[in-house]
Amino acid sequence: MFKYVVKKFILLVVSLYIVITATFFLMHLIPGDPFTEEEAIPQEILRALYHHFHLEEPLPVQYWNYLKGVMVGNFGPSFKYQGRMVSDIIREGFPVSCTLGLEALFLALAVGITCGAVAALKRTKWEDSLTMIGAILGISVPSFLLATFLQYIFAMKLDLLPVARWGSFQHTILPAIALAAMPTAFIARLTRSSMVEVLQQDYILTAKSKGLSTLRILWKHILRNALLPVVTYLGPLIASILTGSFVVEKIFGIPGLGQWFVLSVTNRDYMLIMAITIFYSFILMFSVFSVDILYFILDPRIKLWKRSNNS
Amino acid sequence: MEEIEQLVEAPEGVSYFRDSWLRLKQNKAVVVGLWVLGLLGFLAVVGPWLRPYTYYETHLPLKNLSPSWEFWFGTDELGRDMFTRVWWGARISLFVGLTATFIDVVIGVIYGAAAGWFGGKVDEAMMRAADILYSIPYLLVVILFMVVISPGLVSILLALTFTGWIAMARMVRGQILQLKELDYAQAARALGASSTRILFRHLLPNAMGPIITTMTFTVPTAIFAEAFLSFLGLGVQAPIASWGTMASDGLAALTYYPWRLFFPAFFICLTMLAFNLVGDGLRDAFDPRLRT
Repeated sequence: MFKYVVKKFILLVVSLYIVITATFFLMHLIPGDPFTEEEAIPQEILRALYHHFHLEEPLPVQYWNYLKGVMVGNFGPSFKYQGRMVSDIIREGFPVSCTLGLEALFLALAVGITCGAVAALKRTKWEDSLTMIGAILGISVPSFLLATFLQYIFAMKLDLLPVARWGSFQHTILPAIALAAMPTAFIARLTRSSMVEVLQQDYILTAKSKGLSTLRILWKHILRNALLPVVTYLGPLIASILTGSFVVEKIFGIPGLGQWFVLSVTNRDYMLIMAITIFYSFILMFSVFSVDILYFILDPRIKLWKRSNNS
Repeated sequence: MEEIEQLVEAPEGVSYFRDSWLRLKQNKAVVVGLWVLGLLGFLAVVGPWLRPYTYYETHLPLKNLSPSWEFWFGTDELGRDMFTRVWWGARISLFVGLTATFIDVVIGVIYGAAAGWFGGKVDEAMMRAADILYSIPYLLVVILFMVVISPGLVSILLALTFTGWIAMARMVRGQILQLKELDYAQAARALGASSTRILFRHLLPNAMGPIITTMTFTVPTAIFAEAFLSFLGLGVQAPIASWGTMASDGLAALTYYPWRLFFPAFFICLTMLAFNLVGDGLRDAFDPRLRT
């Protein structure tokens, strides 16, 4: 167990280092500099700008300084928003995105697993068909279109929920649904197919013939085994919610990190682009790392192996 | 003698692919999906010529008209015919989706097959490298790429395929690792068949089912990614329009002219749905174990 965690952790650190390095050099590969687009800046001002952003230093020095900064969570100043530090923007935007993301995550897991389980238990009945039709529609409608439709119908036409902005719980409902829809559909399909497989296993028959209650079988035997694929899907799930937030936050005008990322791309604010990329990669890699360890703890087969090894 | 021969004549063998095709045809959802895809493909080819307009020609007095006999899907903010534009968009979106998938398949199969075939240290190194690339969210990489290179069709394809092949490579590697241990591969090796022969004649054909299935799911992913990029303003440049750029333009006018968003959005969803239906059917047909 310990060796496994250490191995995964080393991979995490190496991956993160590569992402930082790659992003840094990719951004510095772009021809010209952040100030070439605004025409006719006097030489002195340009030089002052260069000096302010340390752009006159040789690339390796800049790289080394950037790396040192990232270590302590300092991503440097923003190119476009004068006097603002990138880290402050992240500190401001992330809690908003995080709230929305967690809401979507729980929504996707709760609805997805429930629907998938019901579909598997009622296989070939109408509950199954309905869930599966809903699920295939769910994976076919991109989040940015769903977000617009929800906004149009529930906020503009029916006037049930706020159109945009951020503040109360009501504001989070539509964006969270838009973000969660596609992952929910994926989870429902995943849960269903893996549960259908588990239901056919001999140990379920054994459990039934032992006279265990249905609830106990469902809880101890079926779900425990059937949900393992869902655990492995958690990594891609978080990635999907992260990237989905770019457009969903833009559509609903939510002041989160996703919106900032889109803004930084349109503004070509390289410092902010770099920082958010690194930050998101870190979050995702860390979640995948945690999921790997969670999987290790949850998988009954791995535990069995450990027990027989110990005895 | 002849009679006996006739009697013992074995029933005609049904190959893996024929068997899968027979099963596929019974699946109504797949048939519907295939028809929809056929129709979309057909309209992408002939659609732009059905009306006497072009996708770039503007008629300012006729802007933002609702769908009518003259303009089947209405007109946009510059008075361009939406019907013609939607089918031009179909060409762009389908071209991007299919080409990106093709490139993904070529790179993914070669990379995955090499890793799986050589195994050991080579496999470890190749898959670690792929894992690191894979650990960054796909759309994040695509967006970063589009920031660095100038926008255009080639750039989009480059961005989409830069990490898009990894899912295919991982799948193929797993298949090859499994298949190369099977008896027929060992037998071929014992008979002195060369590595390339075993790989191309024995292993890859047997991995074809999952490859085709993964491929079918890659197309909607690529179409989605392109629409996503265009939606953020990083896609193809005007006056060319993909479904994504049209949806993005339509969003701005949603309150007053909802059809401008509706048509491109509808076709994006329909295409993704059709590919997903066919992909589901293919997976079930190639892997009867999971069949419902």
